[in-house]
Amino acid sequence: MNELTHGASLDGGEHPEPVDVTDELIAEHGLSADEYKHLLEIIGRTPSATELGIFSVMWSEHCSYKSSRYHLKKLPVEGPQVIQGPGENAGVVDLGDGQAAIFKMESHNHPSFIEPFQGAATGVGGIMRDVFTMGARPIANLNALRFGAPENAKTRHLVNGVVAGIAGYGNCMGVPTVGGETNFDKRYNQNILVNAMCIGLADTDKIFYSAAKGVGLPVVYVGSKTGRDGIHGATMASAEFDDQSDEKRPTVQVGDPFTEKLLLEACLELMSSDAIIAIQDMGAAGLTSSSVEMADKGGVGFDMNLDLVPQRETGMTAYEMMLSESQERMLMVLKPGSEPAAKKIFDKWDLDFAVIGETTDTGRLVVRQNGIVEANLPVATLADSAPEYQRPFEKTAAQPVVAAEDLPDVEDLFSALNSLMGGAHLCSRRWIWEQYDHMVMGDTVGRPGGDAAVVRVHGTKKGLAAATDVTPRYCYSDPYEGGKQAVVETWRNITAVGATPLAITNCLNFGNPTRPDIMGQFVGCLEGMGDACRALDYPIVSGNVSLYNETNGIGIPPTPAIGGIGLIDDHDKLTSVALTDEGLALILVGETKGHVGQSLFQELLTGDFNGAPPPVDLALERRTGDAVRELILSGKLSAVHDVSDGGLLVAIAEMCLAGDVGVILEPYQGQIKREAYWFGEDQARYLLAVPAGEATGIIAELSKLGLETSQIGLSSGKEITIKGGGSIALQTLRTAHEGYLPNLLA
Amino acid sequence: MRASVIVFPGSNCDRDIAVALTAALDQKPAMVWHGDTSVPPSDLIVLPGGFSFGDYLRSGAMAAQSPIMKDVVAKAKAGVPVLGICNGFQVLTEAGLLPGALMRNRDIKFLCKDVLLKVERNDSIYTSQYKAGEVIRVPIAHHDGNYFADDETIKSLEDEGLVAFRYVDETGAASAAANPNGSVNNIAGIYSADMKVLGLMPHPERLISPALGGSDGAPMFKSLTEALS
Amino acid sequence: MKARITVTLKNGVLDPQGKAIEHALTGLGFEGVDEVKQGKLIELDLTDSDAEAARARVTEMCEKLLANTVIENYAIELE
Repeated sequence: MNELTHGASLDGGEHPEPVDVTDELIAEHGLSADEYKHLLEIIGRTPSATELGIFSVMWSEHCSYKSSRYHLKKLPVEGPQVIQGPGENAGVVDLGDGQAAIFKMESHNHPSFIEPFQGAATGVGGIMRDVFTMGARPIANLNALRFGAPENAKTRHLVNGVVAGIAGYGNCMGVPTVGGETNFDKRYNQNILVNAMCIGLADTDKIFYSAAKGVGLPVVYVGSKTGRDGIHGATMASAEFDDQSDEKRPTVQVGDPFTEKLLLEACLELMSSDAIIAIQDMGAAGLTSSSVEMADKGGVGFDMNLDLVPQRETGMTAYEMMLSESQERMLMVLKPGSEPAAKKIFDKWDLDFAVIGETTDTGRLVVRQNGIVEANLPVATLADSAPEYQRPFEKTAAQPVVAAEDLPDVEDLFSALNSLMGGAHLCSRRWIWEQYDHMVMGDTVGRPGGDAAVVRVHGTKKGLAAATDVTPRYCYSDPYEGGKQAVVETWRNITAVGATPLAITNCLNFGNPTRPDIMGQFVGCLEGMGDACRALDYPIVSGNVSLYNETNGIGIPPTPAIGGIGLIDDHDKLTSVALTDEGLALILVGETKGHVGQSLFQELLTGDFNGAPPPVDLALERRTGDAVRELILSGKLSAVHDVSDGGLLVAIAEMCLAGDVGVILEPYQGQIKREAYWFGEDQARYLLAVPAGEATGIIAELSKLGLETSQIGLSSGKEITIKGGGSIALQTLRTAHEGYLPNLLA
Repeated sequence: MRASVIVFPGSNCDRDIAVALTAALDQKPAMVWHGDTSVPPSDLIVLPGGFSFGDYLRSGAMAAQSPIMKDVVAKAKAGVPVLGICNGFQVLTEAGLLPGALMRNRDIKFLCKDVLLKVERNDSIYTSQYKAGEVIRVPIAHHDGNYFADDETIKSLEDEGLVAFRYVDETGAASAAANPNGSVNNIAGIYSADMKVLGLMPHPERLISPALGGSDGAPMFKSLTEALS
Repeated sequence: MKARITVTLKNGVLDPQGKAIEHALTGLGFEGVDEVKQGKLIELDLTDSDAEAARARVTEMCEKLLANTVIENYAIELE
């Protein structure tokens, strides 16, 4: 083995004390026998305890993406708008005028199940650090949450804890939490998903990266002190749950948003100087992964003395310090001589600042404590030698298309509508987002509850739109179509407010990748996502993979959560879903085929989701969305809403409730079953509200583009009425819609 | 008019209030660090919203002990207007510049939403651009906004007309349903005896333009500009 | 010397957190819980050796910072 001789020739220095390696110890570190063998080949001797710990986190699924890397490489990550794609702390997209959006989404699933408040809080804290470590001030947070069945006893506790945790951290930081999505499904009973997204704003000439280029430079530790928090959290995040999981409580970290707020201000203050050469937050696997990644990207070695690390507890071993996941910490490499000025800033903000080592030309990570070398490992090999698996996969079998005629008939459409709007899937999420400060920073121009949230680019007319989406039941039935749909749904939501979609981040939540069927879901979803991103020129610039979301062999539905961002040049041109005036024509754009398979309506009638999900025609999506956006920007539309979960009548109801104006609808007289028309979930559809006099012109304009377009109603009164087909009062719908979550969770 | 905004560690609406003041005054306020010992000569001192010192121990408790607060208290006693918004209101009560205390919301949860407020009187430097009794829409965003004071204090606030804003419904009635956090008598903001110090939980600085969803907060800053320039 | 300070809400001051805990306990099936009050426990490690002087100092700390006497009571234990 080359690595062996290479390593031996370089490591001339002292060797750490080898540990007595048993099979149990290897297993406890989440390593397979083959992986341990590989480790021995790399270092050419038995590792020390600290070295074994370092390998275990670097080779964990969380840090190494060993099961997913091969497939992730196939995703489109480039575009003229992309300044930085995957591989850094977060992705960077050009906003023009010398500014950039820096954003990423990350999972904190397992910690949130064990301790919902702290798990969710530290997830939010972690993703914000990823963003501000690159020089951006966080300007918006979003999230994507999946909980178990509402009737499951634990769900209430988990929702309360997670929402309070997100609120507790984001609110204190003073970053608005402006959007997100929440699903309930019994398949998440034992594995909830907490995915947090953060968007930051930076100047393009002030973006900071993690490559520690240069030798003899000070390595500086800033932020909170190190304690024994979350030791082996990264390994835990890559392990399946079992019934003993309750005993894992001590590995959950506790968040301190106040300290992070100080850290944010101190870092941004230091970043306004030219002192920083490289910076990286200490996230999962703390000091280990930050130091290895910075050294590897800079092509240098790090020599660190752990005695100099600020510590909260006494008697910590090198192993514990290298693996600690204490929050609110950063590692920086500074220009020599800049330390005193830098220290002054951190002193002002009452944060620890310690030079703990320097960069070297040895290419090795040397960790010392009490005068003893506790680890001495080759950086490049450590970073690049992580296993990469092409796990066997089985393609998910195609499901038959469910015929609308096979569903029971529904006498009263409005009773069905009321049940849907007042049920777990579609009820108002107000109870959740009212706990988030969504207005701090004074730039929220599109508040939660619409298709996409919008924050102003501070001091400009520009608006940054963002949305998170995925429909797991579609992905479960057909990973490829579901993967496409997840991407398209964010694209549509951003389009529906008038913004031009720019790029996405993602959080790929799946079950155990060593099962071929799960791996098949993963591969299928990624193929769908990739095709959608290519078709929409909507690249992926950052992301995170969370595998092993399963308990006792029961996995979650595939959940590739997508977080998209888009830009509008003039936020005064934004549209919302709210139907606020009477006398507006309601126009449906897009073809309605009455696809009921996997629809919420199907579940309402049959108690289950079955069959193939609605197919996504990417070219049609693009043509439709581009046309709608153009109309929005021309100022002709009063309200816009995309048609998705629950179908047409649900989308209409959402517009009516948002603006407190009713609508009189034309009865459906076409070929498909009436129920499927009103509740089918066909894709590529939007509802537009326009002054009645303009309807004919707009319909002609859209029809000329080959888009099926028709007027389906006129806004009026405080009811939703289908001519000759009954009606429902908005107040009735509102009571059901707004009442569900407070009743469930109070 | 010269304004100063006190910045505590954990303040996070300092920029928002600075933006609102700059728009109204056409002049940037001075941002004053909590560790300083004197506020520069000012016609108005603002304690902004946020989570000073993480709101650990009690909201506003540690900020009230900051070095700068001695001078803020002295200046307030000398008649310099002091406006405390949200966390700033909590600091004002902890510092003894306003009576009472802000406790955990009735429903325990942080709450961020627009609420309706009744402007109790328009003869203060803060409210001249409103009509007396006008109902305005302003957001709240707090965990600890439940105003409490003993019966005697409440009686004296009410008798002396020192309640500045009250949570009300569309008709202007201070109903239980309109009370978002359990505050005694639906109190959202109060004045000091000389009407120069105002503490309120809602955030007028967040609704100062239609793009943000409303501009009912703007008249407060216009009132201050008129009164103090 | 150690000082243990218990801070509780005064009688008659609404305690929403105590109420929530009571509600949750009832929800979990614990019966016979009449009233729940929650508060804070603050522990100080003091260098003082004189108990009386320590108590005076801690009392001052409580009055000035650790408790808000508008709404809270405090009790000091020294050991």
